[in-house]
Amino acid sequence: MTYQPGQRVRVAARSHEGHHRTPGYVKGKTGTVERAHGSFRNPETRAYGADGLPEQRLYLVGFAQRDVWPDYAGESRDRIYLDLFEHWLEDAE
Amino acid sequence: MSEHEHDHDHPHEPIGNGDEPPAAARARALEQLLIEKGAISHEDVRKRIDWLVSRSPADGARLVARAWVDPDFKRRLLADARSAALELGLDPGPSPVVVAVENTDDVHHMVVCTLCSCYPRALLGPPPAWYKSTSYRSRAVSDPRRVLDEFGVELGDDVELRVLDSTADIRYLVMPRRPAGTEGMSEDELAALITRDSMIGVAQPAAPAPIG
Repeated sequence: MTYQPGQRVRVAARSHEGHHRTPGYVKGKTGTVERAHGSFRNPETRAYGADGLPEQRLYLVGFAQRDVWPDYAGESRDRIYLDLFEHWLEDAE
Repeated sequence: MSEHEHDHDHPHEPIGNGDEPPAAARARALEQLLIEKGAISHEDVRKRIDWLVSRSPADGARLVARAWVDPDFKRRLLADARSAALELGLDPGPSPVVVAVENTDDVHHMVVCTLCSCYPRALLGPPPAWYKSTSYRSRAVSDPRRVLDEFGVELGDDVELRVLDSTADIRYLVMPRRPAGTEGMSEDELAALITRDSMIGVAQPAAPAPIG
C-alpha cells in the first residue's frame, strides 16, 4: 500500500539475509511518514548485479528518539529520521 | 622494474602493501579485475576520482548563502535542492537526490549515514574521515546531543534535535541558521562563514569577524 505524510507506520521486524538498507535499530519501531520521496530501484537486488526493478517507493520516516532508544539521554522532543522502502513498512494506524 | 634486482641475497623487508588496509587492497584487486574484464577502464576510475576531489563545500556554501539573502530562492532550495543548484550553475552530481533541511531557532538537523558514508558529495566534496568512523556513525543516532557537545555545539533544552540517517538514495544538506550580526554582509562574505561541518549539522556557521 501507499503511505501519506502524517501516517503512522511500523517497520517490519523481520531479518533479511544480505544487503538491505533498513538498520536494525528501527526494526519493529513505530514512526510517522514525514515525506514521500518517490520510487527508486531496490538496493536489495541491485547489490547483487540485478537492475533493482521494479522500483520501490521510498519514504522519510520520523521516530521519537525515546521510542527507538529506551534510555535515550537527550530531550523527549528529539527525533530521528530514516529513509525506508515501502516493503519494510506496515500500517500502524 | 627498477635497477634493484631481486635475485640477490641481502635481507630486507618483504615488498608488500605497506600500511595499505585490507579493504584498500581488496578494492584495488576488484578494480584490476573489472578493468581486465572490460567492465570499466582506468580512465573511468580516474575521471570519477577527479570529479569527486574537485567538489568542495564552497558549492554548498553558495547555495546556503543565496538562500539566506533571497527568501524565494530559499523556498526553491527547500523544495528541490537539485534544481536550485542547477539554477546557480552548480553541478548537483549524478543520480542521488539532494534534500536541503533548514535549521531554525527551534529545530536543529544533523546528518549521519549509519550504514556506510552516504553524503552529498557533489555539493560538499568528499566526506571527512570522522563522518565515516564507526564512532560517529553509531553515536550520532543514539547519543547525538553528546556528539554535538563534543563538536562544540550546545543546543538548548527547547530545541528539537532531528538526526537524519541517510539510508538510501537521498542525500541531506543542512541549511544552518544565519548568524546574528551579518545583516550588512554580501552573499560572498556570508558564503565564507558557511563551513562544511555546519552543512552536516555538527557546527554552527562561523561568527562574523568583529569590525575594526
